[in-house]
Amino acid sequence: MQYSSQAVAKPYFIAAIALFVGQILFGLIMGLQYVWGDFLFPEIPFNVARMVHTNLLIVWLLFGFMGATYYLVPEETETELASPRLALALFWIFLVAGALTILGYLLVPYARLAEITGNSLLPTMGREFLEQPTITKIGIVIVALGFLYNITMTVLKGRKTVISMVLLLGLWGLAVFFLFSFYNPDNLVLDKYYWWWVVHLWVEGVWELILGSILAFVLIKITGVDREIIEKWLYVIIAMTLITGIIGTGHHYYWIGTPEYWQWLGSVFSAMEPIPFFMMVIFAFNMVNQRRREHPNKAATLWALGTPVMAFLGAGVWGFLHTLAPVNYYTHGTQITAAHGHMAFYGAYVMLVLTIISYAMPLLRGRAAANSGKAQVAEMWGFWLMTVAMVFITLFLTGAGILQVWLQRVSENPQPFMVVQEKISLFYWMRETAGLFFLAGLVVYIISFFVGGKEEAAA
Amino acid sequence: MSEKFTKSMARNIFYGGGVFFFLLFLALTFDTQRELPKRDHRENITEKVALGKRVWEQNDCIGCHTILGEGAYFAPELGNVYKRFGNSKEAIIAFIKSRPPQGIKGRRSMPQFNLSDEELDALAEFLKWTSEVNTADWPPNIQG
Repeated sequence: MQYSSQAVAKPYFIAAIALFVGQILFGLIMGLQYVWGDFLFPEIPFNVARMVHTNLLIVWLLFGFMGATYYLVPEETETELASPRLALALFWIFLVAGALTILGYLLVPYARLAEITGNSLLPTMGREFLEQPTITKIGIVIVALGFLYNITMTVLKGRKTVISMVLLLGLWGLAVFFLFSFYNPDNLVLDKYYWWWVVHLWVEGVWELILGSILAFVLIKITGVDREIIEKWLYVIIAMTLITGIIGTGHHYYWIGTPEYWQWLGSVFSAMEPIPFFMMVIFAFNMVNQRRREHPNKAATLWALGTPVMAFLGAGVWGFLHTLAPVNYYTHGTQITAAHGHMAFYGAYVMLVLTIISYAMPLLRGRAAANSGKAQVAEMWGFWLMTVAMVFITLFLTGAGILQVWLQRVSENPQPFMVVQEKISLFYWMRETAGLFFLAGLVVYIISFFVGGKEEAAA
Repeated sequence: MSEKFTKSMARNIFYGGGVFFFLLFLALTFDTQRELPKRDHRENITEKVALGKRVWEQNDCIGCHTILGEGAYFAPELGNVYKRFGNSKEAIIAFIKSRPPQGIKGRRSMPQFNLSDEELDALAEFLKWTSEVNTADWPPNIQG
């Protein structure tokens, strides 16, 4: 750690991992509800578990992004953070607001939560991933503005690198597009149209700028490859992201009442969306192959290589699988979507946050360069268990999805939704089993933080 | 990457491409906004339909169901439920009303939301309006 203000990243990373555990536990509850319909009913109905699962994911990834930013911006700009105290204050505000929101989901019926929080004054609740009460959304905007102020002031007073500028652009985009969550017209079609400006333009737009810049930062650190080369790659990758991904939003505009030309635009552009992910794979492996130093943090290198590979598979390949309009006509809103969603989020964003944590946490804990060999081995076990489990979760959901599409939508005698669900329950059992392996991987990952041994020195 | 391809060229492609395609997206959005009234029949969005959408949102229906294919995949598609239930608002209302508070043993169960008659009618009206949106012939069949 070169700058003392980088230390504020640590609570962000710890909170991220803690919320990650909560996310996985609720995922397991939902997975069980798929096959044991009234498990925990009516105390925790599926929709409540799902809100907790998805909202925790979003919140802990945001904690991860913010922690990563606080860690890397001082090193990139070669200056202390504008205000470490603001960073710490915002940490507690965000954590308390997030915890209260989750408790609200769990402790009172959702309609009551809407009433208590005055949703009728500015109705924004009850839309997928944007279930937070309006006051929570306002809180998120305030935290985001404070965060962006802090980071922007830091970048302005220090060295301006491509990595910090791209990261800043991505973070500003994240905040700006979130504002569309406040637009909720009575017209469902318009509501959906602009809902995607938050969801798609986040995960297939500005979040990829954040992904690219954080990955580039870690690669510079662990490989020692010349910054010029890495920054050129970064520009090319994120250029392809925006060129394909912005009009690629059209793959959500096939069947929601929007004009039919989106079927062409969405298909053509989103078919190219795997390209930036593929380039990211080439980039990461090339940089590690051309490394100029042997960084002792082997675990961080593994995460940095795993992220683009899994992002390419989950976002790229599994996205392409159902992105063409004639295919999507049959797969839209089935377990195929769920399969893609799981691997894409894990590969692109979960693994990215775990990459920067893997690299930064030993330094934040005052170790010379890396954890002990033993701790790294445990961490790598966590990597493989979680990653392989996610591959199987995705494969089982894909199997469920193919059968669902066939039985419910393609065969000569289409069967009702619930009839089909029972017929494919074997796949849900296998998914749940894979989920338990994922949890085991997460436990091993967390244990790795407590494994001692002689820490590795800088190479 | 080749030496002839410089970092500033890459930067220009990023900013130029990003701005160009975002402007194109705005232009397409403008055109979509013009086309939409023909497809969403917004003239039929009455106060009742609007209230129905609020009821839909404030009970987090999307946490289990899909509507026009978007939402959760735990329970049936509802974009076309009005048609699937024989073009009957009454059938939709009766179904929601009759959910047992303790669920159905061993099965995926819908909660009993205790909606008022006004809310039930509005929700059914909202689902009827939704079923009339021109969705390019989606879903492929009545099962959703």
